Amino acid sequence: MRVILPILAVIITFALTSALVLMVGASPLEAYYHFLVEPLSSRVSAVEVLVKATPLLLTGAAVAVAFSGGFWNIGAEGQFLAGAVAATAIGLNMHSLPPAVAVPLTLIGGVAAGMAWVATPALMKTRLGIDEVVTTLLLNSVALLAVSALLNGPWRDPISQWPQSPDIAAAAILPKLIPRSRLHLGFLLAILVVAALGFVLSRTAFGVRLRAAGMEPDAARFAGIQVGRVMLTTALLSGGIAGLAGAIEVAGIHYHLIEAISGGHGYTGIVIATLSGLNPWAVVPAALFIGLIDTGSQTVSRALGVPVYLGEVIQATLLLVTLAVLLLQHYRIRWERRAA
Amino acid sequence: MSEASLLAFLVGLLAATLRVATPLLYATIGEVYSERSGVLNLGIEGVMFLGAFVGFAAAAQAEAAGWGAYLWVGLVAAMISGLLMALLMALLSVTLGLNQHVAGLGITLLCTGLAMFGFRLVFGERPVLPRISPFSQLNPFPGTPILDPLLNQYLLTYLAFLVLVPASVWVLYHSNFGLQLRAVGENPEAADAAGINVFRIRYAALAISGVLMALGGAFLSLAQLGAFSPGIVAGRGWVCIALVIFARWDPLRAMFGALLFGGMFALQLRLQTQGFQLPYEVLLALPYLVTILALAVAGRHAPYPGAYLKPYRRE
Amino acid sequence: MTTDEVPAVRMRGIWKRFGTVVANRGVDFDLRPGEIHALLGENGAGKSTLMRILYGLYRADAGTIAVNGAPATIRSPHDAIAHGIGMVTQHFALVSPMTVTENVILGCDQRIRLDLKAAQQQVSAAADRVGLSIDPRALVKDLSVGQRQRVEILKALYRQARVLILDEPTAVLVPQEVEQLFATLRRLRQEGVSVVFISHKLHEVMQITDRVTVMRAGEVVGAAETSRVTPTDLARMMVGRPTIGVIKPRTISAAQPQAALQLEGVSARNNKGLPALRNLSLEVRAGEILGVAGVAGNGQTELAQVIEGVRPVTSGRLLVCGQDITNAGPRRAMDAGVGRIPEDRHESVVGAMSVAYNMALEHLDEFTRSGLIDRRRLRQHAERLIGQYQIRARPDDPIRTLSGGNMQKVILARVLDRNPRVIVVSQPTRGLDVAATEYVRGKLVEQRQKGAAILLISEDLDEILELSDRIAVIYEGEIRQILDAGEATLEALGLLMAGLRR
Repeated sequence: MRVILPILAVIITFALTSALVLMVGASPLEAYYHFLVEPLSSRVSAVEVLVKATPLLLTGAAVAVAFSGGFWNIGAEGQFLAGAVAATAIGLNMHSLPPAVAVPLTLIGGVAAGMAWVATPALMKTRLGIDEVVTTLLLNSVALLAVSALLNGPWRDPISQWPQSPDIAAAAILPKLIPRSRLHLGFLLAILVVAALGFVLSRTAFGVRLRAAGMEPDAARFAGIQVGRVMLTTALLSGGIAGLAGAIEVAGIHYHLIEAISGGHGYTGIVIATLSGLNPWAVVPAALFIGLIDTGSQTVSRALGVPVYLGEVIQATLLLVTLAVLLLQHYRIRWERRAA
Repeated sequence: MSEASLLAFLVGLLAATLRVATPLLYATIGEVYSERSGVLNLGIEGVMFLGAFVGFAAAAQAEAAGWGAYLWVGLVAAMISGLLMALLMALLSVTLGLNQHVAGLGITLLCTGLAMFGFRLVFGERPVLPRISPFSQLNPFPGTPILDPLLNQYLLTYLAFLVLVPASVWVLYHSNFGLQLRAVGENPEAADAAGINVFRIRYAALAISGVLMALGGAFLSLAQLGAFSPGIVAGRGWVCIALVIFARWDPLRAMFGALLFGGMFALQLRLQTQGFQLPYEVLLALPYLVTILALAVAGRHAPYPGAYLKPYRRE
Repeated sequence: MTTDEVPAVRMRGIWKRFGTVVANRGVDFDLRPGEIHALLGENGAGKSTLMRILYGLYRADAGTIAVNGAPATIRSPHDAIAHGIGMVTQHFALVSPMTVTENVILGCDQRIRLDLKAAQQQVSAAADRVGLSIDPRALVKDLSVGQRQRVEILKALYRQARVLILDEPTAVLVPQEVEQLFATLRRLRQEGVSVVFISHKLHEVMQITDRVTVMRAGEVVGAAETSRVTPTDLARMMVGRPTIGVIKPRTISAAQPQAALQLEGVSARNNKGLPALRNLSLEVRAGEILGVAGVAGNGQTELAQVIEGVRPVTSGRLLVCGQDITNAGPRRAMDAGVGRIPEDRHESVVGAMSVAYNMALEHLDEFTRSGLIDRRRLRQHAERLIGQYQIRARPDDPIRTLSGGNMQKVILARVLDRNPRVIVVSQPTRGLDVAATEYVRGKLVEQRQKGAAILLISEDLDEILELSDRIAVIYEGEIRQILDAGEATLEALGLLMAGLRR
């Protein structure tokens, strides 16, 4: 059932979105071949799928852990940006340090900034009982404006006058995993973080408390779990992971800050978390799948002239269809109960 | 600055404020209807974007076909697109009872993707953005020299401030539909017990919200710009989410809030052209920060609708 | 009044089953025009069910209803309202940020425009007519519980109700408000409105009603003019059944005289912020079961939650074996040796988690080695308890897939395996089948033999009588009296539970 439902959602999504392919005058089957198969047929584009999946692994994990713990963090986008800003600020000043120091410092800075960015909504939620959906959402816009202010102000590239920061120190740049490709150490780090998170949630007492508090706060409280404290930790963990994603994107791909540094990775994290059923282990295939669609939308655009935005439509449709399909799980539970 | 030029600056600022506030007002009041019925509609950003695109694309096609009322064709098309997306949101959040914030964000992502897809499909990749000749401004009370720039506004602006706001106040507080809508948003069980169809009211509220959000978006492409670009909405939907809270879910307060927030945008634009050094982003961020601060101060007492975010299921 | 008058409501042969439970078995009920009619019975006697059928909230399996002599089909509250029937349930259906007027007219006005001025006048007039003093412009959230009840009555009257059903109307009222309610009911009677007064409080029935119908176990056991019966007659009719033979070993160990659980002058509020426990004191000694009997809603839920550590007390002290755990939270309560079996099973388990995790949830640290869950230990623990308590489940099953009996056994196992010194247990066998019930009761007696102090809260009087060494009767948040099991009879308990002092 765990495997069948997402596959069912993917099939329904492709059936629905094939209407758009037909509008362009292309064949849906051919389009989905270019979407799903072609990117994997060459080494270069297969590596590109991993590159695209790197930030998504982290934002997906960030959202999944928050939602599991009952903290509805819509702000991974803002926490991502905060992490990117901090990594840039640190990375710009790492010229005299060896990479073994500079890289960790840059990434830790990103984690800390992501945590700081989520701290206000988290405290407002746990101390004052204020709904976190709106506060985390609004801080996304604030983060984007802060990035813009930095790029149009102190960090504006003095030579090109483009709204982009100067490059960070070479010492702060993440090393490549495969020479002459864009794949960098960040991918391994992301996999490690997701694996660690999966381990924490399923195998540690903290993980059990987090899930209990998220699923049934009253029962958790009854069992002596300090729900408020667990939720605060959950929020900080989520913000930290999203911040790390931002830092990795700066130190691994761009080497400088640009306004489009995220371009919605935080929101895509919600798609991935939903697809994964909030299970960190399942975040890996979900992020790879979305990375594949991101890459494939370019392939299909080149091959068939289907606008590249088909990829975005597919992701959004997949999110909504998955949400609806997950309802079937509840019917299954009811059915099981009746049988018992 | 001389007195005369200061006055001209202020009148110009006020006139610009009204223009900037117009799309915010449509979408905010749309969101008020939705939230007052108990549904947080985070589709707002995307529906505004879709409305801006559909309105523009339909108007451009009609203009090319030589229709005189092409702008109105665009407006109606935008409203229909908003209505359809609202019905999808209602299907997900009211009928299926899915997570409102995730469903709403999904609608926003879907609308954004669809609009961009459609834009490429209709207009291809052009070096220059396609344009139409937009709604012109009109002045129903000509002949007042100083106020002329202020009164010279789009019809849609006049409609927003002089028709939409009073009409929404009337609907929410002086009609039976409004009473039922508020009851459904506060306590759906009680409304159901009183014989009100909770689902039907929520569908209606969402339909109104979708149409108004799309109108707000279409104002940008059909009146203010006469063009469509990927950055046309640029987070205005999220400003409206903040505005609704800031306005405590009230249409009249929403108008003052839209003027205040719109004023900050307008001021920011003017200051930039006057060469002030203050980063304009600070003014743009104020609406969000003020709203978060207001929430923190109000704490648990923020007058959220009682059934906010809660799907209703009959036992 | 003559008896051949056409009754306002006539119900004949009403049957209603919920699963295996028969709530109404062929009930006949007559309501005369302009009378206040008590429907009296214990919890679960079927009174509310009968009236919910009349109001269209439930559909009867069999039987007929006639209103004013004409057969009536009532499928929903909407139909009931059309037949002039109104009901005020125990949970008010009011929109609290709205005004009284808005609440009253909600859903009955089909015009587009809302004429609040005219509506206010109508509501005012309707209120004055029956002497309900209430400001039509006041917001419901600013009103007291009694005033809210008046709004509900007004809602029914505004909808032209000629029959008004009140489900336990005095349960939520303070004495002064009860007097006001009664004055209103008398006015309504003058107006020719018929009132059904569902209650279990004998003195109120005696005071206000004209006739009384007594129900027991889903059947009507008698109907009479109120003036012709005594409270004692009614109490006997309510609970009248052969006393069940008590099988428990009567060995109250005098060697353990000290109290394991002590409550000293404890007061607490309910979820609505109203006083639920009033200066309540009691002691449970090691090796005894103290049963708490009472009608639902008299503070039992709050009493259990205070000891469980999930509800704060506003005054008083709570001691476990001399250790003060007042307002210390669930963790400290458990550490002090309190085992907790709550009223709502679902409130104490995480449904999506496995049986094994739920068995360990309260003491997760003991299954953790340097932060990591010791899964082997978790599994062994679960397997041992599953075997020991004959639970039909596997350790990895999500607990929400279990039947009620098996879920209760999981909770029982989780608590009893630790041999707690004090056990607070609420409605332990509610909804369980006979075998599971026997099993749970047996386990509780076994713990008592091992020296645990058990506070047993139950609405099932048979259960209380079968298991308890002493029985405390709770009424409106106070302990009315504590009886030795030997001297307690159903009749005596019934009178105390109904608020009549001995």
